[in-house]
Amino acid sequence: MSVQLELGRVGEVVPREDGIPKVTGQFAYSSDLQAAGMLWGHTLRSPHSHARIVAIEISEAVTMPGVHAVLTHEDVPGEKLYGLEFQDQPVLAFERVRYFGEPVALVAAEHPEQARRAAERIRVAYEPLEPIVDAERATESESLHPERPTMGHGYRDDPRPNVVRSLVIRHGDPDAKGDVSVSGVYEVGIQDQAFLGPESGLAVPDGEGGVDVYVATQWLHVDRDQVAPCLGLQPEQVRIHLAGVGGAFGGREDLSMQVHGAMLALHTNRPVKVVYDRQESFVGHIHRHPAKIWAEHRATRDGKLVNVRVRILLDGGAYASSSTAVTSNAASFACGPYAVDNALIESLCVYTNNPPCGAMRGFGAVQVCFAHEAQMDKLAAELDIDPIELRLLNALGPGGSLPTGQRVTGALPVAEVIRRAAALPLPEPEELPRDPLRVPGGSGNTTRGEGVKRGVGFAVGFKNIGYSEGFDDYTAARVRLAADGNAEVHCAAAEVGQGVANVILQVARTELGTDDVTLAPHTTATVDSAGSASASRMTWMASGAVRDACRAALEERERNGGGEVDIERIYRHPRTSPLDPETGQTTGERSHVAYACAAMRVVAEVDVELGLTRVVWIGTAQDVGKAVNPQAVTGQIEGGTAQGLGLALMEEIQTRDGLITNASFTDYLIPTTLDMPPVVSELVEEAEPDAPYGAKGVGEPPTVVSTAAVVAALRAATGRDLARVPVRPDEIVGL
Amino acid sequence: MRIELRVNGEPCEADVWAGESLLYVLRERLGYPGSKNACEQGECGSCSVLYDGKLVCSCLVLAAQADGHQVVTVEGLGEDGRLHRVQEAFVAAGAVQCGFCTPGLVVAAVDLLAHNASPNDDEIREALSGNLCRCTGYAKIFDAVRLAAGT
Amino acid sequence: MQEEATTLGAVDVLTPRTLEEALRLKSETPGAVPIQGGTDVMVELNFDRARPPALLNLNEVAALRGWSRTNGRVSLGAGLTYAEAMEHPLAELLPALAEAARTVGGPQIRNRGTVGGNLGTASPAGDALPPLLVAGAEVNVASVRGERTLPLHEFLVGPKRNALAEDELIVGVSVAAGAGRETFLKVGPRNAMVIAVVSLALRVVDGELLAAFGSAGPVPALVRAPLEEASSFPEQVAAAASPIDDVRGTAAYRRHALRILAGRALDRCLA
Repeated sequence: MSVQLELGRVGEVVPREDGIPKVTGQFAYSSDLQAAGMLWGHTLRSPHSHARIVAIEISEAVTMPGVHAVLTHEDVPGEKLYGLEFQDQPVLAFERVRYFGEPVALVAAEHPEQARRAAERIRVAYEPLEPIVDAERATESESLHPERPTMGHGYRDDPRPNVVRSLVIRHGDPDAKGDVSVSGVYEVGIQDQAFLGPESGLAVPDGEGGVDVYVATQWLHVDRDQVAPCLGLQPEQVRIHLAGVGGAFGGREDLSMQVHGAMLALHTNRPVKVVYDRQESFVGHIHRHPAKIWAEHRATRDGKLVNVRVRILLDGGAYASSSTAVTSNAASFACGPYAVDNALIESLCVYTNNPPCGAMRGFGAVQVCFAHEAQMDKLAAELDIDPIELRLLNALGPGGSLPTGQRVTGALPVAEVIRRAAALPLPEPEELPRDPLRVPGGSGNTTRGEGVKRGVGFAVGFKNIGYSEGFDDYTAARVRLAADGNAEVHCAAAEVGQGVANVILQVARTELGTDDVTLAPHTTATVDSAGSASASRMTWMASGAVRDACRAALEERERNGGGEVDIERIYRHPRTSPLDPETGQTTGERSHVAYACAAMRVVAEVDVELGLTRVVWIGTAQDVGKAVNPQAVTGQIEGGTAQGLGLALMEEIQTRDGLITNASFTDYLIPTTLDMPPVVSELVEEAEPDAPYGAKGVGEPPTVVSTAAVVAALRAATGRDLARVPVRPDEIVGL
Repeated sequence: MRIELRVNGEPCEADVWAGESLLYVLRERLGYPGSKNACEQGECGSCSVLYDGKLVCSCLVLAAQADGHQVVTVEGLGEDGRLHRVQEAFVAAGAVQCGFCTPGLVVAAVDLLAHNASPNDDEIREALSGNLCRCTGYAKIFDAVRLAAGT
Repeated sequence: MQEEATTLGAVDVLTPRTLEEALRLKSETPGAVPIQGGTDVMVELNFDRARPPALLNLNEVAALRGWSRTNGRVSLGAGLTYAEAMEHPLAELLPALAEAARTVGGPQIRNRGTVGGNLGTASPAGDALPPLLVAGAEVNVASVRGERTLPLHEFLVGPKRNALAEDELIVGVSVAAGAGRETFLKVGPRNAMVIAVVSLALRVVDGELLAAFGSAGPVPALVRAPLEEASSFPEQVAAAASPIDDVRGTAAYRRHALRILAGRALDRCLA
């Protein structure tokens, strides 16, 4: 056997272009980088979730062996605040700290141990303040951000303290009555991206006042645009280069070590490497928003949804990050992929002193899918209708409308994914006794079959592809054709493991009709922005930009009658519009570009006496538009499903007074090989008319539906409500 | 303090701080960054190496303990410039996404197949249960092991 | 990587080749922390929770390895790994210990983690401890002053505290083997690689029921009752526990689960 590195085109199975370096250990991740004369950076962080900083004393720390720099907020050369969308977060804390683990000071030393010992000698005098940790009371508490950084951006004006964003969608007659009504209150704990490669990077001074930062990130140019002002530099003086990324899932959208490493590098005039350890990683990035959702579904006796009323409360934690967009995403998808004529949706995100939250795979849709799918099952039970029939009866599709008034154009095969997932044959129950690995509790050897019940669950969900609400979302690509026919493609699209590098190469080979294509390093230095590797947008956007640049390059060469060509093109998806701040209705034709949906069926066995679970089998059908690389698509589906399963069963950042109490892989658990069942994936390929090659993004829909589908299976096995995830054994056994 | 060990068959020596792990010394002092620093508490397997022929987490071996011992890392699995069949299978099966867990999983799979040439699915799952992967959901990793085993 | 300009902290590593040398070093440097498989000690070092003046590396002491069988008792070296505890024929002699070993971490941890380390750490969640308790384990410890043996329940004096004097090392542990039937069960929130939320070992021997549980009190504790009390034994076990609420589980759940585990363990051992 040998690996055939087929130089595939769009639609073909193509092994990863970085596969061989990754299996041999040669691939350079951000934590692997070294440079001559390199120092180690270390971040001193707040042990409090809320405190006033009375004084910071560094005089002893700077004298410690091997130490080259100790920096505080006073040393930030430019803007003291940064943020992905709103400048509300200090580069280094001053006056007060608002969350546990907030960066307070930096050290650069010759060995990481010297940096740690020096950090220990930085004396920070804190005056602890009462932390705001109850999101339900945040709007009645003292304001953590009196300057209200997120207000005045076209959002509804909500004068209460600590409002990050408040959105109300009124659709049709929000008081419309049905024949029946079901209600529920649902809760979602804080999930962490738990990418395996901790935050890390290397900052190298360029000797002319500028800096190169090699970092694992999701969006090179927006990093640059945040880093440069904090350093007091022009954007071109800061070059962000993509180092190998050990997973992202939203957690690398915000800055981590970028400004800190650059500050230390510029201050010491030495390369500085910063590598978080696992404990630090848990406070080093934002998390998925915990949510509380109150839902009421009103329907006719024959099962048609009449009115859906939902109230969503998201805890944004201490800083805004991308919370405003999560707030509106949760609202737009709160009813699920169903046609609903009337709705009242209130979505509120608040500041607290809990861990900051922002982007994570599924981005607001995960939380509401858990709620709307529980509600649909409840409604089916109330009406004694088959739950899959109920979903088909209400399935949204082209021509239908979202609660925001946006009419669905393009492809949205909700009924088709439901039918295809429902048609997948279920595995037969296995005989007992079995090896402990094949029963709930796994290697723990807790049952030989006692207490084990089987349940089957179903869920469907959807989510937007690309950025929404009027954001100017674009991707640049640059193509250089050499005289000998070789093509070099530049695109700053972050390869975070999802496979966008292959997509770029496949598109370039397809468009140029040659296999002689290379992909240049991802950097801000040679090409304009690609936008973020998030919102399931990168395949669509990079395909569009690379396609357009390739076609333009061929035309240019044709015009010139041959020779070298170097051309850059910007691709934009169809323009979106903001939501009306008073009604939540779209102010143009669309506020979202497009959607992707998925349906999933789960078989689980639950030990109902111990509350332990074994998910036996998962079958799913997903709307992918066009599978650019089918192997990579099923890989995204399997991996995305695992993350949703983790949220359903085990994953939660726990806090006490805002302090994270399980910041380790010993106590923040993610699924192992014994927790993930086989996943059967059906790809529903209905081309998206606006998308290059008809291809939609595929990363998020599996995560959106799998939490809901797994818990549905648990409910079927146990007969319990299970209205909170992760489901705790206590709830299964009824404690 | 000074330690001497063999890494991928090559004699190596390094001056280490006594508190350093084998993982740190491999990555930062000996030029073998293939073993990964994902959790440094033995909970993820990304730093897996063969230590005197046994599968271990190199983050949990004190560097000084490795003095006089043999270590095989992911960089040392291929022969004559060719990939190990497990490495080939990981690429072919699509078992790699971000790849941060991959070196540890490749080493663990090599160790499994060395002891059990044709493992069944349960045996594969148990043998890899000390290795976390956040990207793939494991399905294609199991495919890769089956492919490498020829089962 | 450049040479450090200055020396680093004062951690030292001592690597004895014989037990005698190890005992001498421990006597000379009582603050030296023994390290065998490193699965606990290295986490403390990697996360900057401990900076002991010295580490006593026991990997090269051959006398601490392996196991032997004499006079109806099985002696396990302190350096016996979990992987070795799962191997034939030891797994047949001490099936509950083998079952417990299978629940420990992943293969990498089982290849390095040792029974002696589990005793030394003396965690309430130590997976080897309940099977050893129901097997009547006696811990052999030694120092330059000599050897002594003490029952495991006396050795475990509190959460993460044991009865070792500062100059003593754990040499091994001996248990009564091959008597009666026994099993081990462990509850964790996922199906591999978990710290016990609660665990239970049960042995039925000579008309007596012996149960020991983990993660349900400050130390793994032993509960005994005559066979005739089998029907009330799960309640007795649950009642003997003094669990707490923590990030891994609630006290109420632990007590509940212990009752279920004890009932299932009895079914297995009395079947």
